Amino acid sequence: MTSVNTAKFSLITIAAGAVVMAFAHWVHVDYLFFASYTILQFIVLATAWNILGGYCGYVNFGSAAFFAMGAYASVFMHKFYPLPVPVLILISAIVSGIAGFGMGYLTLRLRGSFFAIATLALAVVLQTLVVNWDYVGGSRGAYIIRPEELEFAGITINYIEYLFGLMLLLTVIALITARTIERSQLGFGFATIRDDELAAEASGVPTLRLKLIATTISGAFMGMAGAPFPYYIGYLQPSSAFGLEYAVNSIAMPMIGGTTSWIGPLVGAILLGSAQQYATVTISSAVNLLIVGLMLVAFVIIAPNGLVGLVQGWRRAWRKP
Amino acid sequence: MTALLHVDNISKRFGGFVALDGIDLEVQPGERLGLIGPNGSGKSTLVNCICGTLQNESGTVRFDGHLIDGLAAHQRTHRGVARSFQLPRPFHSMNLADNLRIPLLYTVHARLGGLLRSAGELDSRCHELLEMVGLAKKAKQMPRDLTQVEMRKLELARAMAAEPKLLIADESMAGLSHSEIEDILALLVRLNERGITIILIEHIMSAVMSFSQRLAVLVSGKKIADGKPEDVVRDPEVVRAYLGQ
Repeated sequence: MTSVNTAKFSLITIAAGAVVMAFAHWVHVDYLFFASYTILQFIVLATAWNILGGYCGYVNFGSAAFFAMGAYASVFMHKFYPLPVPVLILISAIVSGIAGFGMGYLTLRLRGSFFAIATLALAVVLQTLVVNWDYVGGSRGAYIIRPEELEFAGITINYIEYLFGLMLLLTVIALITARTIERSQLGFGFATIRDDELAAEASGVPTLRLKLIATTISGAFMGMAGAPFPYYIGYLQPSSAFGLEYAVNSIAMPMIGGTTSWIGPLVGAILLGSAQQYATVTISSAVNLLIVGLMLVAFVIIAPNGLVGLVQGWRRAWRKP
Repeated sequence: MTALLHVDNISKRFGGFVALDGIDLEVQPGERLGLIGPNGSGKSTLVNCICGTLQNESGTVRFDGHLIDGLAAHQRTHRGVARSFQLPRPFHSMNLADNLRIPLLYTVHARLGGLLRSAGELDSRCHELLEMVGLAKKAKQMPRDLTQVEMRKLELARAMAAEPKLLIADESMAGLSHSEIEDILALLVRLNERGITIILIEHIMSAVMSFSQRLAVLVSGKKIADGKPEDVVRDPEVVRAYLGQ
């Protein structure tokens, strides 16, 4: 396997991001920005989920809670003291990161399905809190009037293009982070937790500390993915921020792509995200989750290790005829 | 001489079941101790309490002059307690070399404050360890490709990778053939000659008798005998526990 070091990989990813941005700017169709924003947002969510779920093997059903936490942190700040979106992303990262740490501290003594149920409960508790919190709109939801354009250093850019650019940048950062973790001592440690926690401890791996690092990073990225969402959608209500599609997609996308490598969530999110966007436009938006369900069933049967696992299997068979 | 491991009056219960009932045990540096007892007598619980997988409810465990009660398992591994598991528990998504890399990175590296920085150094250590257990040729293979005896050897190599002072081998020979047992025994003796203290937990009496310098017997969570192997097996209480009366 050819190995590319982190600095080189970062440059390549940033360059790829720049090309995507330039292309989108050149095409300049608002719908393209809208649709790709959603896909990028899912790449970030899937990558974030995979840091805990794929690398450490702890299935988090509460992705929507972290996403919503990021979104509602933005709504709160919008009312309290409006700030530029990049700053809101940072604030959401901190809020969701702390929440991730807290959730980890409370639930990581549970394993397997017990952990998954605990994370699901977190989402329910949080949604109840938000529904009853009037300041951020409660169950009525909150309107955020998005400006048409943004003036920055004498250049005016379309606001949706601006949000798209931010999400693209987040995607690049998330992918670089995931790959760096994967190749580091931390990534090796995460893999031992996934394989066998008792043996990991016996080998000197501080499993609880590593799991807390994973929940914090994972939570922070999910929050970051949610931060620009109120500006993107214009009207945020609890049922959309805590939507089932976020929890389901952020699990399904890495599963379909492959959970052991950073490529998996990327491939899965692009594939599933595009299919959903296509279905939304051509058939109906309600078909979305049906597609996810069918694909998930198909992949669990045909390729339990995702597309990445499938390709690796072919390559291994190719080398050893 | 001060003992390397000093277990003082420890107890552990699971609900109403008393698994360990006031166990005392001392192990001297460089010693080869055999630990035997019928199924369910508390051997594995004792190992788990020494290694930190379980925490004893009363009594104390001292290792190398320090109290280690309440420390997590990985902290005890850092202090120099290593174990192999009764049923091999390899990291199944990693090849053999990477399996050994984990204790090197997380224990030896951490203990020495970063002496193992270079990748080359790590690789050569992994190779040495695999060489020691005769698995050097399979460094790039996955654990699922190994035979039972190779799996036990990997388990021991991984415990050894943490460079322990005390190695606890929990039934590393169960289910193996006679020649395979000889193989593992020879390996354990070689390790002991390097100065590592070993506690061997085993059901196979011929192996225990040839290996141990001292023998301790657990029955129903109590230690009923401790001494020279040939004396212990003649002890009437031990005979009664094993053969019934």
